[in-house]
Amino acid sequence: MKSIALAEESLAFDVEAVRRQFPILSRSIRGKPLSYLDNAASSQRPSSVIGAVDEYERQHHANIHRGVHTLSQEATALYESARDRLARFINARSRAEIIFVRGTTEGINLVAQSFARSTLKAGDEVLITHLEHHSNIVPWQMVCEQTGAKLIVAPIDSRGIVQLETVTALMTARTKIFACAHVSNALGTVLPVRRLIAAAKSRGIVTLLDGAQAVAHLPVDVQELGCDFYTFSSHKMFGPTGVGVLYGREQLLERMPPWQGGGEMILAVRFDKTTYNGLPNKFEAGTPNISGGIGLGAAVDFITALDREAAHAHERALLDYATRILTAVPGLTIVGTAPDKASLVSFTVAGVHPHDLGTILDEDGVAVRTGHHCAMPVMDYFKVPATARASFAIYNTFEEIDRLAAGIERARKIFS
Amino acid sequence: MELNDLYRDVILDHNRRPRNFGGLEPADASAEGFNPMCGDRLTLRLQMADDKIGEIRFEGQGCAISTASASLMTEAVKGKTAAQALQLFERVHSMLTEDAAGVPGAGQPAAGVPGAGLPAAEAHEDLGKLAALSGVKEYPARVKCASLCWHTLASALQTRAGGPAAALPSVSTE
Repeated sequence: MKSIALAEESLAFDVEAVRRQFPILSRSIRGKPLSYLDNAASSQRPSSVIGAVDEYERQHHANIHRGVHTLSQEATALYESARDRLARFINARSRAEIIFVRGTTEGINLVAQSFARSTLKAGDEVLITHLEHHSNIVPWQMVCEQTGAKLIVAPIDSRGIVQLETVTALMTARTKIFACAHVSNALGTVLPVRRLIAAAKSRGIVTLLDGAQAVAHLPVDVQELGCDFYTFSSHKMFGPTGVGVLYGREQLLERMPPWQGGGEMILAVRFDKTTYNGLPNKFEAGTPNISGGIGLGAAVDFITALDREAAHAHERALLDYATRILTAVPGLTIVGTAPDKASLVSFTVAGVHPHDLGTILDEDGVAVRTGHHCAMPVMDYFKVPATARASFAIYNTFEEIDRLAAGIERARKIFS
Repeated sequence: MELNDLYRDVILDHNRRPRNFGGLEPADASAEGFNPMCGDRLTLRLQMADDKIGEIRFEGQGCAISTASASLMTEAVKGKTAAQALQLFERVHSMLTEDAAGVPGAGQPAAGVPGAGLPAAEAHEDLGKLAALSGVKEYPARVKCASLCWHTLASALQTRAGGPAAALPSVSTE
């Protein structure tokens, strides 16, 4: 029975113990307890991440990789140890493959402007899918314009599924790069990435996965995935904003020209010739987000310490529960109904515009995202101007989903 | 602030049955408004008669606040000159962005606006049905929903004043 299964999964995972680690979850909004269901936009931070950043700012701050003084060495050690933990977290072969960037968006732009711009020729093709976030569309459009290459878009079906055969049919001798989301931010669809990458690799196509929506929810092993590039943001995996990671296969990174010039990425500068630094520093011009990187390292420790199977089962139970409760609401349509989904539900309610719904839910302390989710082509495909999206994390509860449902009912009454 | 102060009956009514909704041909002036943050979109067309707005119609899609605001606006500006309509825009703008004490809130200050500095109820009394939108100021994220149609009207009137409109002017609230 479903309800018994839910109870068992909840018992295996102590959600209250997790919630106690997130200070913000105990605040109230407009006099109501906060129900934070906007985790696909940005997740909250546990005390361990807040503490790591605070400790760094109070005790260890200095610029890194410069100077022999104690603080600079401490800051460097902390920052570089975060890189080591990130390499282990996604099972990279070496720390040289972990490039710190501002976030997923910058990671994709780096690959587009360094790798793609230096290799694409007129007539080449870059293949993406219809469900991509704008940040996995626009950088490719820009580099296609610069090189004369063509952007090809693989369609999705009415459930929001990317079919392997549909994509592989578009992989031709002209296809040089295949880039797609690991998990769709607007629909929740988990893409069949292993098979997609295997298909691309067998045709000699270079692959990039946008992992922004995946890292907090699914185990990521870049060697097992076999992708050439994988990129994700810290703030969607319980870390600070303004930092993220681009993983790249070392042989590819070695061949790629630097993207930005400046300090840190050089070995020697003369006016007639500059020698670039090795990996990963070649792609890290300027003083980085040191505290952010250290906070991200603490976020990795937080996730690694979780019972990930139990956490995943809890998220799965939340998704199943929300899907069941919301499906029963008259006039509610779930947008994105793939069988393999991450824990988010995108939906519309007949007669209630998503923005009005968002305002009404906020009155009850329920935070959801409303809008096009930076995926306008997805909205166009489903012929909706916007959707409301409830996205769950390990600290969410079934009661919060009940509050969401009650708020939707309230909105329906107001607009009835 | 209560939700029913935002979603007053007048707003709900104009959202359900928007007035002056649809196309208008031929139009003397027109403009498109778009709010990229939320995807609200509207097209406004108007016909002038003796320097006054004779007919005005809008179409598009948006939330209840943006639809009701456009509907209320079309009723309010009919029969007004361009200058009078723009003056009304300033009054509405200050109502949407100033708090009860007349202190500028989320938007830009509207200096020299009649009624500025008065308590909210008195200041907005003579705005008639438009005063139903005064609850929006408590929801800064929604101010753009209510003001989109007015920005679009201003744009339509300006292109008309500037001569023949070669291309449809587009307004973005971002």
